[in-house]
Amino acid sequence: MAKNNTHSSHEEQQGANPGRRDFLKKSTLLTALALSPPSLMAASDNKWDEKLSEYFETVPLSLEVNGKKQTLNIEPRVTLLDLLREQLQLTGTKKGCDHGQCGACTVHVNGTRVLSCLSLAVMQQDAKVTTIEGIASGKKLHPMQEAFIKHDGFQCGYCTPGQIMSGIACISEGHANSRDEIREYMSGNICRCGAYHNIVNAIEEVKEGGQLS
Amino acid sequence: MKNFQLVRASSQQSAVASIAKDTEAKFIGGGTNLVDLMKKMVTTPDRLIDITGLDLKKIEALQGKTRIGALAKNTQVAEDALIKQKHPLLSLALGAGASQQIRNMATVGGNMMQRTRCSYFYNTDMPCNKRIPKSGCGAKEGYNRMHAIFGTSDSCIAVHPSDMCVALAALDATVFVEGPKGDRQIKFTDFHRLPGTTPEKDNTLERNELIVAIEIPDNNFSKNVHYLKVRDRSSYAFALVSVAAALDISGGKINAARLAMGGVAHKPWRLTDAENYLTGKPATAATFAAAAQLAMKGAKGYGDNNFKLKLVPNSIVEALTIAASK
Repeated sequence: MAKNNTHSSHEEQQGANPGRRDFLKKSTLLTALALSPPSLMAASDNKWDEKLSEYFETVPLSLEVNGKKQTLNIEPRVTLLDLLREQLQLTGTKKGCDHGQCGACTVHVNGTRVLSCLSLAVMQQDAKVTTIEGIASGKKLHPMQEAFIKHDGFQCGYCTPGQIMSGIACISEGHANSRDEIREYMSGNICRCGAYHNIVNAIEEVKEGGQLS
Repeated sequence: MKNFQLVRASSQQSAVASIAKDTEAKFIGGGTNLVDLMKKMVTTPDRLIDITGLDLKKIEALQGKTRIGALAKNTQVAEDALIKQKHPLLSLALGAGASQQIRNMATVGGNMMQRTRCSYFYNTDMPCNKRIPKSGCGAKEGYNRMHAIFGTSDSCIAVHPSDMCVALAALDATVFVEGPKGDRQIKFTDFHRLPGTTPEKDNTLERNELIVAIEIPDNNFSKNVHYLKVRDRSSYAFALVSVAAALDISGGKINAARLAMGGVAHKPWRLTDAENYLTGKPATAATFAAAAQLAMKGAKGYGDNNFKLKLVPNSIVEALTIAASK
């Protein structure tokens, strides 16, 4: 039952856009008709009805998230972070500050670590996005996940998905050659519990173990 | 965030044509500053023109100069072999800015166009002449620890936050832009401007112009260079003050010097008097100290930032000392 509801509301969502567009066009037309003829001429010349409906329009987007192709319609103002969390229900990626200051929202886009809170989803057409949900192989955790558990690389855990995504990239970029270098290249990921020492231990071990290229 | 339309520019010409048509439109590259400003409602464009598809990402050695496309990412430039070899000061400055995630997103052109991080500019409940002309300046008599000590005006004491731009100002770079009337070049040191009575204008780029590249002339600053960034934590913080220092030294004598500072003015602050003083002098502590004193001409504190009056000359000496020792 619950599943059916979800399904039908999803369909409504998909269909909402043309409906809303129609409504806007009609309502703008009604408003325009109520205006005096010179204003009506101006409205028509300026194509106000088109502009209004375009303004509220969602745009199609297709991208790959954790190896799965996603085709959606989104408003241009939706960030990649909100797309992941609210539309794709991938809530592993965390919203910390939402202003590019904490790193909790770090994901990989086309193999590079970026802040999803400052990335507009609409600009990720055809991108390959990897989130914390996409790094394990089935039930086998990613080596970086294993290392964070082993070294106690967290307390509250809120920054952890961002730390792990950043840690994996830190090694693959070639910036994990010393503890100082790891600290410098992990500085964009803030941990208010102060688990930094153990986070560096975890990254150092994965690097030395050579489990990542 | 206010909703907006997004259009993708397929060519430089179409990007310039689209922005000329719409006074509420803005270009978007990496978006690391613009998206934040839009979330804070500091800026509310109706339309964004996505220029990330344009072919402006190349870094290339040309005759007598290095050309960097405006859409090259900060990481790409910082780690480029050519840049590291010929212009290590630029690589160091880029590495000192932001975090790796942000450097992976941010473009060269976007870095130049970033706005001040003055908290009065960011807080829409506060007066700010830069955000709303003639609304007043909250910082001048407010909390101004991060603010400027050089080139300020009654209207604005904000600083430009970039590290990259400090190095480019020191290295005599040139900015290449394209507008509806064609191409034009701007000296990097003339690109950003002082606030005067119009602090809403950060730079001399026209609203309908697109930055396409920067060029750095070849120089002898491939060895004795240093970018010193003094900040509240050792990484991932804006500069209290920063110094880009480049020396050409042979036999203990300074043949040429370049010095610019960040965190002290509305634009990257080039220290021409100090450079002239250093030229031809021995690379000694006494020379560096005298140059640093010359650099302080016209400095003015606003209360919370008075510490910069002492920090600036000390940082200049430190940067020159480290550069000379390499």
